[in-house]
Amino acid sequence: MGFVFYLISAFAVGGALAAVLLKNLVHAALALTVAFLGLAVLFLRLDAQFAGFAQILVYVGAVAILVVFAILLTKGSEVPKEGVFSKTWLAGLAIAAAVFAVLAWAIVQAAPSLPNQSEVPAVTVNDIGNALMSRYVLPLEIIAVLLTAALLGAVIVAMHEKERAKQ
Amino acid sequence: MIGRLDQIFVLLKHWLLGYLPESWQTPVGVIISVACIVGLYPALFAVTTVLERKGVGRIQNRLGPNRVGPYGILQPMADGIKSLTKEDIVPTSADAVVHFLAPIILVVTVFMGFAVLPMGRNMVLVDMDAGLLFYFAMGASTELSVFMAGWSSRNKYSLLGAMRAVAQMISYEVALLLSSVVVVMMSGSLSLVKIVEAQNHYSYGLPHWFIFTPWGCAAFIMYAIAGTAETNRSPFDLPEGESELVAGYHTEYSGFKFALFFLGEYVAMFSISALGSTLFLGGWMAPVSWLQVVPSWIWFFGKLFVSMCVFIWLRGTLPRLRQDQLMNFAWKFVLPMCLLNLFVAGLWRFMGEGWLRWVVCSAILILAYVSIGREGMRRKKFGPRNYRYAE
Repeated sequence: MGFVFYLISAFAVGGALAAVLLKNLVHAALALTVAFLGLAVLFLRLDAQFAGFAQILVYVGAVAILVVFAILLTKGSEVPKEGVFSKTWLAGLAIAAAVFAVLAWAIVQAAPSLPNQSEVPAVTVNDIGNALMSRYVLPLEIIAVLLTAALLGAVIVAMHEKERAKQ
Repeated sequence: MIGRLDQIFVLLKHWLLGYLPESWQTPVGVIISVACIVGLYPALFAVTTVLERKGVGRIQNRLGPNRVGPYGILQPMADGIKSLTKEDIVPTSADAVVHFLAPIILVVTVFMGFAVLPMGRNMVLVDMDAGLLFYFAMGASTELSVFMAGWSSRNKYSLLGAMRAVAQMISYEVALLLSSVVVVMMSGSLSLVKIVEAQNHYSYGLPHWFIFTPWGCAAFIMYAIAGTAETNRSPFDLPEGESELVAGYHTEYSGFKFALFFLGEYVAMFSISALGSTLFLGGWMAPVSWLQVVPSWIWFFGKLFVSMCVFIWLRGTLPRLRQDQLMNFAWKFVLPMCLLNLFVAGLWRFMGEGWLRWVVCSAILILAYVSIGREGMRRKKFGPRNYRYAE
């Protein structure tokens, strides 16, 4: 903790705020990337190398690109005249606050049940791999099947449109 | 003496640090190593540009640069001064901030990759537990900078180039990762130092590099293809295909920003070659045991040099692919082969020692190669060409 923690947090929170408040959609997506990056650096500060690098690889490398592609391929990056802010932003704010409150409550409730460790446990990537392949192999396989199904679904949706366009 | 020559850079650094107080040694040591990396690769870049222009010139039956200095070897100096003194033009409609940030992000992320690459015995900046993951995380971040450059220029050629580049890089990154995963499976570590050590033994004077196994050879070929595509090199240089897109995503860059893009691309080539030689070609290891007297860093940079020559050779001799061919190749050929290779590597591991696993693994890979290739070619009809617009 200390100064560096607050610096990184300010970076991440600033990126997230910019992602919500900026008018240009591509700028918002790029600001979101900054927030992802800040989160990754926070993971690294906690000695969670695997989580940190996976965060960069997946979110900065793939999800951000996907978001940007979606923006460019759908409506274009031009800002509409009536602004980009939804009229129901108040409801959105309320829902976001509620979700945040539930998560925060769950984390605060769970804190006493954790083993009270004085020293930082040294978790290597090796340990994570072993855990994923032995104890957590079922959840891993389920996620793999789910992702494969999603991939096939996306391909089928794309193929269907192409066939319709031909007719 | 030999050992000292092998460790000369490490010893030099320790000798320099010896003059400093204890508390300064770690930060100054890191700064020295970073400065070496940041200084060395641009210097190599300068040498390689001459090599490339001369080499491609030779292939295309012309002389190449021959005006500056003897045989034109001072050409990179002239190019550097030219790009420093040129006007830096930013289009009026461009997004100034993003336009400015894109080349910087590209160069920074490309250089970050070198932090985990062992360039010789004990010559690595950080021996990270998740080194390979770090490398790929940094590699994935370069895609964003390419997109930023293309989008912020407000130029349709730039944007088209960026879209092509990003689509290509995402597709081939899957293949790049999957072909490297085999090595991680076999060496049991994501640390690049440990991966080199896993290959660091000899039998009958020959090394145990991963390329000398059926799965390693297949993975290396996939890696080389994906790496060439990832660095946007010919024959995968559609994003900057000058006959179609002016210069792709860096059309609207001039002066030193353009030079930064150029540098970033070259350094990415160095970095992908260095990773390839670390994963499959034994990194800083000597190719035969009696050549171990030669310092390890000479082997590392020698392998780097050879792969750069191969890159130049490919560029001079292969025609550019078409966009749909590129995508089909990535998803219908390279990806299935990589997935199958994962299976073969597992089989290799559990079949135990002996000649049988060589036969079985090679047979599976060759059969798959032939059948996937046949299947892909079967649907193609090579009839007479018809042109839609150029009648």
